[in-house]
Amino acid sequence: MSTLSDRLSAQPGEIIDRSSKLRFTWNGKGVTGFAGDTIASALMANNVQVVSRSMKYHRPRGYMTADYWDPNGSVQLASEPNVRSGHRQLQEGMKVSAQNVWPSLDRDVRAVNGVLGRFLTAGFYYKTFMHPRSLWPTYEKVLATFAPGGKVDLDAPSGYFDKRYAHPDVVVAGGGPSGLAAAIDAARAGAKVMLVEHTHHLGGHLLWGSDGDRAVLAQLLTELAEADVEVLVDSTVTGRYEDNWIGISQRSHPGVEERLIKARAKMLVVAGGLIERPYVFEGNDLPGVMMSSAVRRSMAMYAVRPGSRAVVLSANAEGDAAVEALTAAGVEVAAVVDPRNGQDLVRAKGSRRVESVELADGRSVEADLLVIAAGWTSPTSLINMAGDRPSFDDSCGRFFPTDPPETVLVTGGMAGDGTTEEIVEHGRATGDLAARRASTVAHRLQAATTRAQSVDEIEPVWAADSRIALGRWSHPGLYRASTHGIVDYSEDVSSKDLVAAAKEGYDSVELLKRYTTATMGPSQGKLSTVNTVAILGEARGETIAEVGTTVWRPPFAPISLGALGGRKFEPIRVSAMHRWHEANGATPIIAGQWIRPEHYGDPAAEVRKTRSGVGLIDVSPLGKLDLQGADVPKLLNHLYTNTWNKLPIGGVRYGIMCAEDGIVLDDGVTGRLGENHYLMTTTSSGAATVWEWAENWLQTEHPDWDVSVTPVTTAYASMNLAGPKSREVLSSLVDDIDLDPEDFRYMQLRTGRIAGVDNCIMWRIGFTGELSFELHVPAGYGEAVWRSVMEAGAEFGITPFGLEGQRIMRLEKGHFIVGQDTDGLSLAPATGLDALIKLDKPDFAGKPELSWALENYEGPLVVAVQPVDPNVVPGEASQIIDPIDKRILGRITSARYSPTLERSVCLAQVEPQFATAGSRLTIKMIDGSLQEAVVQEHHAHFDPEGERLRG
Amino acid sequence: MLLVPCPNCGPRNSSDLRYVGESHKRPDPATTTPEEWRTYLYMHKNPADWMMETWYCSSGCRRFFTIERHTATSEFRNPPLPGGKRGGRA
Repeated sequence: MSTLSDRLSAQPGEIIDRSSKLRFTWNGKGVTGFAGDTIASALMANNVQVVSRSMKYHRPRGYMTADYWDPNGSVQLASEPNVRSGHRQLQEGMKVSAQNVWPSLDRDVRAVNGVLGRFLTAGFYYKTFMHPRSLWPTYEKVLATFAPGGKVDLDAPSGYFDKRYAHPDVVVAGGGPSGLAAAIDAARAGAKVMLVEHTHHLGGHLLWGSDGDRAVLAQLLTELAEADVEVLVDSTVTGRYEDNWIGISQRSHPGVEERLIKARAKMLVVAGGLIERPYVFEGNDLPGVMMSSAVRRSMAMYAVRPGSRAVVLSANAEGDAAVEALTAAGVEVAAVVDPRNGQDLVRAKGSRRVESVELADGRSVEADLLVIAAGWTSPTSLINMAGDRPSFDDSCGRFFPTDPPETVLVTGGMAGDGTTEEIVEHGRATGDLAARRASTVAHRLQAATTRAQSVDEIEPVWAADSRIALGRWSHPGLYRASTHGIVDYSEDVSSKDLVAAAKEGYDSVELLKRYTTATMGPSQGKLSTVNTVAILGEARGETIAEVGTTVWRPPFAPISLGALGGRKFEPIRVSAMHRWHEANGATPIIAGQWIRPEHYGDPAAEVRKTRSGVGLIDVSPLGKLDLQGADVPKLLNHLYTNTWNKLPIGGVRYGIMCAEDGIVLDDGVTGRLGENHYLMTTTSSGAATVWEWAENWLQTEHPDWDVSVTPVTTAYASMNLAGPKSREVLSSLVDDIDLDPEDFRYMQLRTGRIAGVDNCIMWRIGFTGELSFELHVPAGYGEAVWRSVMEAGAEFGITPFGLEGQRIMRLEKGHFIVGQDTDGLSLAPATGLDALIKLDKPDFAGKPELSWALENYEGPLVVAVQPVDPNVVPGEASQIIDPIDKRILGRITSARYSPTLERSVCLAQVEPQFATAGSRLTIKMIDGSLQEAVVQEHHAHFDPEGERLRG
Repeated sequence: MLLVPCPNCGPRNSSDLRYVGESHKRPDPATTTPEEWRTYLYMHKNPADWMMETWYCSSGCRRFFTIERHTATSEFRNPPLPGGKRGGRA
């Protein structure tokens, strides 16, 4: 049967370009096709009959729908798996191969599964590979080799993907006759329209219809060209979300692999057409069994002859048209089985392709092609997503919309039946209605925007739906013949499996689906949903309407992860001193959105030089909020757990903030610049949170308070000059600020001129535990001041130090970092800073919880820990365990080797009974070994009295 | 994605705002009991019905406002009010 399929003579509607021959390979063998071919049509033209092997039984499979949804048509391109060959257009040089076959498509050894099929019924994997649990990893490995799907090339270069936001008035999903007409008339009525067509060609079933159909299409395309419509082909409306937020996967945008369009449409027109539904009978998955639409499309558009001798099961006009088309193309139609006259077929027979068809009247007809026109499935996905529950019309054998939202209109085959003219007319009326409603929606949106230009016209009246409804043509309900066959081709689920599962008790459609995986494969139930429901109904003795359908969820067609990710738009923040860091050998580290110097070569040396002399660090990312107003102390009292009534002008105070549940939210210092003027600093990562937290209280509970909050994090460049010689360095840079330690003491601030720059703020605090001055200078002068400080410090051996040096020094001092040494369960008493929780204040954020916690807290505590072996630095998050019963008692939250103490130092969270000084702890290292450590008396490993920073 | 009617910025994608949550009264810290306080923190009504809730227009005007939304249909009704009763977490 080697001449089964080949090209027909030129067809009037063909879209292949016979002058442009394309070479490609199929499983390594060179073959040719034409420009305009899909991979599928080219393979069919090359007499390829077996395209794939089925998922579970590895049965030979051929083209059945020969379009995007073909459950058998997934192929592997060079580095791209799971390519839908019925959709992807052929390109010169493509390397196409079958997937899910081993060792080859023709001799697939796993086809033995077919013999053992009775062991592979629904739930087989669950039941068989359940016990013992210890073998799960082994089972997984074995089963994985049987899993379907192509091979992912991990070395394939990442493609370029993009996103777009659009604000059309009307999105039309589907470019068949009704969708085209809707788009044209919506645009004529003045709407901004996007017309989205899943395939590469507008026209829908007109593309393979009669001469009259093609004339209508030509007319519509002419009108479309004149209308102002944005046309997206090879694009899919993948989802409809609240308020007509529409996802569109655009595979045809030049220069990108795929683009995800997020469209806020005022109106959505669903014109998705119908999907031809397979029929269930023995042998219904043999190569050579094809849907009537697939047969007509292949002949009309690609001039491919699908077989040489056909049996046609025709239950509708489309099936009759297929008989005509086959005859016209010279394919012998050996028998027409017409269920409208009570005829039926029993089974198809053949080994690698249909060889004969057994009919209900007892005849056996030899044929290599069995054409099925048994009815339609309405792909109601988008209207389901809009909240509608479509209802089943038994006399038509398909679902119809029940009551979609008024901003979602349905037209075409999903709305009803009619002649081509009636369908086009309904589409036009739908487009016009959509445009008129869109103008009302647009008016409402603009009117709701108080700051927008006022809307001068009156609101357009909400247009009533006065469309003439399409009819509903009766259709025999054909789901299963007298034999059992495949229901879900992607997942290899048979009607027998479904009946058995229903008997086992999986008799609700949602349960049945999950248990048998019917409708869950790559075609996502487009072909199998209704048959699944019908067979469950058969098993339960109920109608399809009574059984109900499964919910269709987005996406309608797959979207690549690349398109969902889009282009990388990660904002990057750098300080005003960034250029200097780059020029001076800083190793960068990403800290949130900030790029910061981690170190300048040797963090330990930076620590030693700072502790013995002087060092300078860029702390610009430190969160800074400018607070002004008479009621700032009220706000501070509310946000911090300690008291802020008596902070003098020029004073600085430390505090911790808690959320209402008592969990530590942030910490930092706030200084008073003037009578009603304060500067708050937050952690670098907490800047945005604390700003919102302050606004939250001011806007919701205390709108009467006179406080203005302004984020000034990037208005100032910030640096900390630390070390015993810092005062000497600074002395040559200031003239109006007195640095005398008797006058400018620890936890005080001064404002004035630094290195010639006015309006600077300087405060004596520091994370490092050294005498230190934090300088906040107007950001534009940041680099100049930094350079001046480095120059002035040269004679004192100044070193720049990075985040790592600071982390070491803060850990030597035992300062915890919120979110590292505390976590989302750390109530304030966990930090040991009970003295900072002032319950005598009438109110503050989290007070009732902290009031309880101070009495009752029994959770882990933050403690300083030193491993007994000074050279052991445990990995952060190492567990602290009970050495006997292995119970987890806590964990190491920070660990570094201290260059100052020449030993390992840590902070840890540990249960309170092990938190007392001198407790011996067992740390389980990353490698599994155990190390002993001792809890220290103070959080500070170094200078616990704080003499250095007060110097 | 929901369009949220910000009183200042107009209808905005919900991703432009932060959902603060169901609006509920904060107990008086001076007199509250731990039970009452934790009810405020953790026990929300979560009705399938009209509900007052607070939003923060974090990418727009940065104002908190309170509005009535039907949790089953996501319809909004009545004009939003400035401020509102805050949720328990930062």
